[in-house]
Amino acid sequence: MISVTLVDMNCGNIASVEFALDRLGVTHQRTQSAEGILSAERLILPGVGTASFAMQQLHHLDLVEPLRAARQPLMGICLGMQLLYEFSEEGDVECLGLLKGRVERMKGSTDLPVPHMGWSTLDIIRDDTPVLTGIENNSFAYFVHSFACPVTPETVASVDYGRPCGAIVSAGNVSGCQFHPERSSVTGAQILRNFVSLPC
Amino acid sequence: MLARRIIPCLDVRDGKVVKGVQFRNHEVVGDIVECALRYRDEGADELVLYDITASPENRSVDISWVRNVAKVIDIPFSVAGGIRTSEQARAILDNGADKISINSPALENPDFINELVGKFGSQCIVIGVDSLEDGGRYYVHQYTGNPDAMIRTRRLMTDWIVEAEKRGAGEVVLNCMNQDGVRKGYDTNQLSLARSMLTIPLIASGGAGAVSHFQDVFEKSDVSGALAASVFHKNVINIQDLKQELSSCGLTMRQ
Repeated sequence: MISVTLVDMNCGNIASVEFALDRLGVTHQRTQSAEGILSAERLILPGVGTASFAMQQLHHLDLVEPLRAARQPLMGICLGMQLLYEFSEEGDVECLGLLKGRVERMKGSTDLPVPHMGWSTLDIIRDDTPVLTGIENNSFAYFVHSFACPVTPETVASVDYGRPCGAIVSAGNVSGCQFHPERSSVTGAQILRNFVSLPC
Repeated sequence: MLARRIIPCLDVRDGKVVKGVQFRNHEVVGDIVECALRYRDEGADELVLYDITASPENRSVDISWVRNVAKVIDIPFSVAGGIRTSEQARAILDNGADKISINSPALENPDFINELVGKFGSQCIVIGVDSLEDGGRYYVHQYTGNPDAMIRTRRLMTDWIVEAEKRGAGEVVLNCMNQDGVRKGYDTNQLSLARSMLTIPLIASGGAGAVSHFQDVFEKSDVSGALAASVFHKNVINIQDLKQELSSCGLTMRQ
């Protein structure tokens, strides 16, 4: 039985991801140590809050290099996905750089409010990706974000909010969801199930 | 495509879901977790759990039911009622709530909004506003959970929501009290005015009584979501049927 290790960056949202794993019958633990990352079978980088605070926590806990060196399947959720890129405009902070690209601020208007909050459809770009197994195009997922990931060759699903933004990314051992799979009903549960089932 | 949200509000009192008319005469509707699951199954896009007596009784929300709801449901939910400190907010968010909604404490101390946003991020800080029309102007009301304590503030609704956005709030729920609990439709004039002032999501509250009311508020006021309580508790409207009808009117709904 695969066990999932959640990286605890002291910025919330861990419980709801843990509850989602419980509902799937997947065992899990939290870590704040390099050893915990090294020994993990699957890594989830959750997180709500700001990129600058989260990176500060990762530096403080000495987890930046262990995460960069990780070879196990690693999934970033919401802010956790944004941290996978090179740079975030949220606090103008250098991130993990596991994926190429910059995370940019979304500009709100009365017609297109920001945060982008609510259920949006996924536009699937590469349906042969294991993390998308069983996910149909135009499935709804629950998004809450004010900063957006770029659409790059590693983006396997995008979400349209004024312009296309990265929704799901997958490259090597690294994947990410901009939305909250733990709050995205059956679609989110399927994506978490896919992640847990990925080959090592 | 972003869907419009249908948001049942569960008013909680002593661990049970209750419903009253214009905040009075509460009757018990059912158990929190059972109600939450029922709405999830019917297709609710999000839930609001509002501890209506927490603020009047000068206490925060009971964390145990927050956690119990977070364990079982797989849609987002926010928690409201008596949240006055960032420690209380943290306890609620750490136990699995997606957002917290602040009303009277934000009016007492507007800097509290900035403090919460700084600690937890805009995306989980919702400002609830109770507004009542008087002489053609919309005034913010405070302590609306307790009819004896309720007061009309000097703040205009429009000034307050703009201030809340500037202070970093991620969403506004505007409860139009003239309409609340009477099922005559949302106050689309007031909501359209509010929508034109904000660049953050706006949720309509107060007055839902028929499917056409939801259609009106989405089409006329362009709100991101519509909140309702009694029509769902009393099975006047089934959420699944509602969303199908709204879909057939051309609105984007999650099915």
